[in-house]
Amino acid sequence: MRIDCCYCGPRGNEEFAYLGDATLARPPADPAAPLDDAARAQWHDYVYLRDNPAGPHRELWQHVSGCRAWLVVTRDTRTHEVVKVEFAREVALARVGAKP
Amino acid sequence: MSGIRDVPSPLVGEGQGGGEARRGGRPPTPNPSPQGGGESRWRLGSGGLIDRSRSVGFTFDGRGYRGHPGDTLASALIANGVRLVGRSFKYHRPRGILTAGPEEPNALVELRSGARREPNTRATTAELYDGLVAASQNRWPSLRFDLLSLNSLVAPVLSAGFYYKTFMWPASFWEKVYEPLIRRAAGLGRASGESDPDTYEKAFLHCDVLIVGGGPAGLMAALAAGRTGARVVLCDEDFRLGGRLLAESLVVGERSSAEWAAHIAAELAALPDVRILPRTTVVGSYDDGTYSALERVNDHLAEPPEHEPRQRLWRIFAKRCVLAAGAIERPLVFGDNDRPGVMLAGAVRAYLNRYAAVPGRNAVVFAAGDETARTVGDLSRAGVRVEAIVDARTEVPASIEAAAKASGARLLAGGAVVRAIGSHAVRAVDIRTAKGETERIACDLLAMSGGWSPTLHLTSHRGSKPVWDERIAAFVPGALPKGMSTSGAAGGRLGLLEALETGARAGLEAAGDCGYAGQPVEVPEVEPESTVFAPLWRVRGPKAKAFVDFQNDVSEDDVALAAHEGMRSVEHLKRYTTLGMAADQGKTSNVTGLALMAELTARSIPQTGTTTFRPPFAPVAIGAIAGHHRGKEFRPTRLPPSHRWAQEQGAVFVETGYWLRAQWYPRPGESDWLESVSREVRTVRSGVGVCDVSTLGKIDVQGPDAAEFLNRIYTNTWTNLAVGRARYGLMLREDGFVLDDGTTSRLAEHRFIVTTTTANAAKVLQHMEYCHQWLWPELDVAMCSITEQWAQFSVAGPCSRDVLRGVVDPQHDISNAAFPYMAAAEVSAMGGIQARLFRLSFSGELAYEIAVPAGYGDALIRRIMEAGREFAIAPYGTEALGVMRIEKGHVAGNEINGQTTARDLGLGRMMSSRKDYVGRVMADRPALLAPDRPTFVGLKPVDRTARLRAGAHFVPVGAEAVAAVDQGYMTSVAFSPALGHWVGLGLLAGGASRHGERVRAYDPVRSGDELVEVCDPVFYDPAGERLRG
Amino acid sequence: MHYSIFSLIGQALRGNTGWQPVWRDAELKPAYDIVIVGGGGHGLATAFYLAKEHGIRNVAVLEKGYLGSGNVGRNTTIIRSNYLLPGNIPFYEWSMKLWEGLEQDLNYNAMVSQRGVINLFHSDAQRDAYARRGNAMRLNGVDAELLDQAQIRAMLPYLDFDNARFPIQGGLLQRRGGTVRHDAVAWGYARGASDRGVDLVQHCEVTGIRVEGGRVVGVDTSKGFVRAGKVGLACAGNSSRVAALAGLRLPIESHVLQAFVSEGIKPLVDNVITFGAGHFYISQSDKGGLVFGGDIDGYNSYAQRGNLPAIEDVCESGMALMPMIGRLRLLRSWGGLMDMSMDGSPIIDRTPIENLYLNAGWCYGGFKATPASGWCFAHTIARNEPHALNAAFRLDRFATGHLIDEKGVGAQPNLH
Repeated sequence: MRIDCCYCGPRGNEEFAYLGDATLARPPADPAAPLDDAARAQWHDYVYLRDNPAGPHRELWQHVSGCRAWLVVTRDTRTHEVVKVEFAREVALARVGAKP
Repeated sequence: MSGIRDVPSPLVGEGQGGGEARRGGRPPTPNPSPQGGGESRWRLGSGGLIDRSRSVGFTFDGRGYRGHPGDTLASALIANGVRLVGRSFKYHRPRGILTAGPEEPNALVELRSGARREPNTRATTAELYDGLVAASQNRWPSLRFDLLSLNSLVAPVLSAGFYYKTFMWPASFWEKVYEPLIRRAAGLGRASGESDPDTYEKAFLHCDVLIVGGGPAGLMAALAAGRTGARVVLCDEDFRLGGRLLAESLVVGERSSAEWAAHIAAELAALPDVRILPRTTVVGSYDDGTYSALERVNDHLAEPPEHEPRQRLWRIFAKRCVLAAGAIERPLVFGDNDRPGVMLAGAVRAYLNRYAAVPGRNAVVFAAGDETARTVGDLSRAGVRVEAIVDARTEVPASIEAAAKASGARLLAGGAVVRAIGSHAVRAVDIRTAKGETERIACDLLAMSGGWSPTLHLTSHRGSKPVWDERIAAFVPGALPKGMSTSGAAGGRLGLLEALETGARAGLEAAGDCGYAGQPVEVPEVEPESTVFAPLWRVRGPKAKAFVDFQNDVSEDDVALAAHEGMRSVEHLKRYTTLGMAADQGKTSNVTGLALMAELTARSIPQTGTTTFRPPFAPVAIGAIAGHHRGKEFRPTRLPPSHRWAQEQGAVFVETGYWLRAQWYPRPGESDWLESVSREVRTVRSGVGVCDVSTLGKIDVQGPDAAEFLNRIYTNTWTNLAVGRARYGLMLREDGFVLDDGTTSRLAEHRFIVTTTTANAAKVLQHMEYCHQWLWPELDVAMCSITEQWAQFSVAGPCSRDVLRGVVDPQHDISNAAFPYMAAAEVSAMGGIQARLFRLSFSGELAYEIAVPAGYGDALIRRIMEAGREFAIAPYGTEALGVMRIEKGHVAGNEINGQTTARDLGLGRMMSSRKDYVGRVMADRPALLAPDRPTFVGLKPVDRTARLRAGAHFVPVGAEAVAAVDQGYMTSVAFSPALGHWVGLGLLAGGASRHGERVRAYDPVRSGDELVEVCDPVFYDPAGERLRG
Repeated sequence: MHYSIFSLIGQALRGNTGWQPVWRDAELKPAYDIVIVGGGGHGLATAFYLAKEHGIRNVAVLEKGYLGSGNVGRNTTIIRSNYLLPGNIPFYEWSMKLWEGLEQDLNYNAMVSQRGVINLFHSDAQRDAYARRGNAMRLNGVDAELLDQAQIRAMLPYLDFDNARFPIQGGLLQRRGGTVRHDAVAWGYARGASDRGVDLVQHCEVTGIRVEGGRVVGVDTSKGFVRAGKVGLACAGNSSRVAALAGLRLPIESHVLQAFVSEGIKPLVDNVITFGAGHFYISQSDKGGLVFGGDIDGYNSYAQRGNLPAIEDVCESGMALMPMIGRLRLLRSWGGLMDMSMDGSPIIDRTPIENLYLNAGWCYGGFKATPASGWCFAHTIARNEPHALNAAFRLDRFATGHLIDEKGVGAQPNLH
């Protein structure tokens, strides 16, 4: 399997480290806010539950043996076909509404 | 090239050779008198693609023979009249050569000897070399007389899956009696049992178009693609390009097929961007155009030349792939169809045409296809008497009638061979005529053909399902994987013209897909040929074993039994009967087995299932896949900056991850490691010692938000750390368990140096980059590992400051007042060398860590030793380091094992309640707060002379040692020179409140059971005065 | 019919025409007391023990492919109970005990072969970790021996002791561990369940799970709707997809694990050997092939096939451990789908939906667990409460923090 790193170009998957589902968002974490059941449930889902789809999957990889960029890779888990690769930081910045 | 010359054949002289022969490079006359190199009447007097100018000797089962360069072991054996070459897996039936290729199920031999012995080597692909040594396998005492052939007598009891139904009583007999017998009987060849003396290589190759197979289709594809200027790689498993063109006596354009192949190969070799890899089998197809290919670099020699690998594993990245791997011929299923002398028709032609080797004198040809004409033509031109042509079809084409007439063979249309007669060699065949009469015809060769199956394995590797093609009664590639196309027989186009045409087209298209345009290649004129054959799988006949899978001895009866017992899906058939699971992976048997099952269950073949092929296409030496990653080179070795110096000191080294670290520095007269280590500890505690701590992870973190970033990844607070100060930090995983710890220093307002444990350096860096790039991208911070860039030494002991005064440049005041405990500064040392000084103590003594750019590491350790000489400084290794950290009750890898929380380790106070950090929320789960969790304690043996061992479990005194009373375990132990006895650290249920209690340290796997006293984990200088001095 | 040497001879004399099908290929009935989704080892074992231990025979096992088409036929056939943590050891030891009686239980020879499982260690820290494990096993009444280098050398002289990058220091031996002929386990349980009246329905894919008022009432299948009193899910590899039919999200990712077999050779490797300095474990089948494997590829996959880096890593480790296999040939590699759970341990439990039960999250340890998994799942379904042996395999342990993390790598499935 090959991943087309946004920075380094196509490389074998052995150069990358896999983390997993890139659709998860870390819940709000205000130490002052009380940890009620809803908050605990939210954290449990974030840390432990996965959609684990058979089909397109947005997932986090890091080019550890290359530029060390974290990447959001969209890949089909049935065929391993990689359809899209993005810099994770840019995706994350868009998420928090900040600029690179 | 040595090879086919036009030698007139008597038959052709009589004008009976058939048009094809008159035009063609034709196999010449046999030479009845034994000739060249002890060869026999089994080698034609001339012709074939062998180098008759040279003769090479080889042995089979200890007997000497001779052959020629260009021979395979199989062709050389045939040319020496050898027919019996092996014994079958289960019934140990005598077996001969069936095929002329890698699909061979029978002719498997042990090739070479000693440590180089290679079991299960196909004689049909083993290139002959001078001095080749081969032996038959799976027989005892000899190939001709094999005791276990008695199995045949009880064959009905040894039906498919019989072992699932017996060997159950008495239960204890399975491992002791039954299984050892089965294991000894099973298996084929013998491994050498010795370390492989040869070396292997791995290499990468990038190209536009990969062409798999150098037959007519592959050559045309390579030519078409190559002429466009595309980067082309052509792999062929044979040592000579041409494939079928070498095996047949065909005419292409104005040349014999073999000459045409050589001609094209020459043009390809001249094209700058075409790379030809002969002796290279593409064995696997993987995602995104990745292919693995095995090049047999030196298997055609007795031994690889010095400094050369035996084999090379290529990882090929191709934008496009043209599969031109040809097709594999199928045997027919009839009584005793496995007798030596029963051979596939295509193989018979190959041995005659390519090797000028004669597999028999009196032949019967049995098939239901038009190729029979060519088989008969080749046989009779070689002087082999064709006794009969048996064609299962009642209507046979004119070409076959002509061939019969020309060869003087009887033509039995609508007939079938029902049984082969003979045991070690076929003597005759029983034929059922169209009228239903049975007659016996004497022969020593039966050429059979059940049609051809495209070699589509590589398409299947990536999950594409083959589809059934009635036209050729075979599976052909279905929807192809991205970037792959097929041409020729691999795509179900069996004829030569189709092969050339589809090859030319596929090559041009593949190059075009990669952006290379070119002119279509002109397809040479070839004789039209008919590849028609009627589906024919099996012949019902007298009771006799009729084999489907020769190598695994799977017979028609076994398939029937599987059907009968409900094992009807193709996978059940395979797994229950072992059909297709032998070393040939069913290349000649899968489709036939499927066809029989379909017939038995009244389903069509596609309804019954398709065959799934898994990599590799052909078996690959495990050593080749490992390449040079073996022995000391299995994984890289990381050496700390002081390694060379430590070697000079005679240090004992230890592997810690990829690092090789000094474990201790033995001195003359010291009797064991404990004595050396204890001396090193005493030296540090009483004077001064030095230790290379460069392996600890070092991460440079910079930016306006650096402090805020550290606040979020550490449990404790960093925004309030003053510049020039260091602080101990603790990191959790998001699930609330401890990830790592270390000391981090603030060198400037926006600059921190984070240190991690040696083991977690990479993991922590990855975690921090994740946190920054994904969780908090808005933070203005950057980080980089500097572990390799900086050499760092711990100088520890009461005299450490005095030593450093001789190392750090004088303008820097390192007095206790100016540079107190937990101070950190950028300084210069050894006369202007950039350096960093930290007042840290892992040992509990007055101690510093000093760092310089790695290139100065060797100089620094020598300088420190020099400066320390007057203080009797001594280097200490990882063992002494460990002893002192245990004496001080510091947690390390044994305690931070991924299963412990900050509270378990007595570090709960480091969890800030005023800020968020990774792991904060999940650390708050009930089970992580349970009071009975094992927590961090110290332990002393009640009998002070007793030795403690890590891994011992804690059980209450007086209680029976069972799981129910398991209260934790010993994590670390050391002999404390300061205390004069062993001390331990451990995790004990509710341990924090149990100081003073006694428990058993129970260690049954080492017969240990010590009474220990629970205490505070800090054994030495609990007040921590020494390190502040 | 009863299997024995006598039935073999008797049938042989009758030309092997008297054998009955190993199991009934049943037609789907409209309703069952219990429907098990998944005709792999665990599902078939569950059905067998429901009938044998709890007398519940109105049971159907629905399999979307052929029986045993899942991981029970794709693994490296190793059985062992050399676990570390309290939640695991008693369960896997019970499995070992069931293995030891399997032939007699099933009257089917699955070739349970207790050849000994050896986990090698290469450092002092690894030795102490194995001592901790071995002692935990002994406290649970499981056999465990800690061997030093000399003892390992005597047992396995062909390992690389003298030129190794990570020298072998010793190993943890469980003599009762070994291998089992994997397909035969599925067939034996299928036969046993079928003989007891269980309906085994092949090529029947579950397409929906019907829930009414928080209670499961049946499943939709490619062969129509089936009413069910209780539904048990035993489809590791695809657990998430099937559970999603009931609206459940699981703490599981599906990963591909490749396995390998060499050409058949005469007896060479007697035990099951696990390399401690790389990802590699190996044994030799009764048929002669070296069966070996390593780590998962490491990314979510439903493809049942892997890639080259994992294959090369396994062979490199193999050559580092036993360089005598260099000239032996890899014959076949294949992939299986692993239910990789968030703490590396399985789930056998009720679910938030009444009468819906879950058996999942086996990571790459499912085969050895087959008998106990079926036995415990049957108990959990029949009694609507977990047995003490699977009490730790709860679905809510991730919320409460009662994790069973043998490796201590946390909530990242591809590291377990």
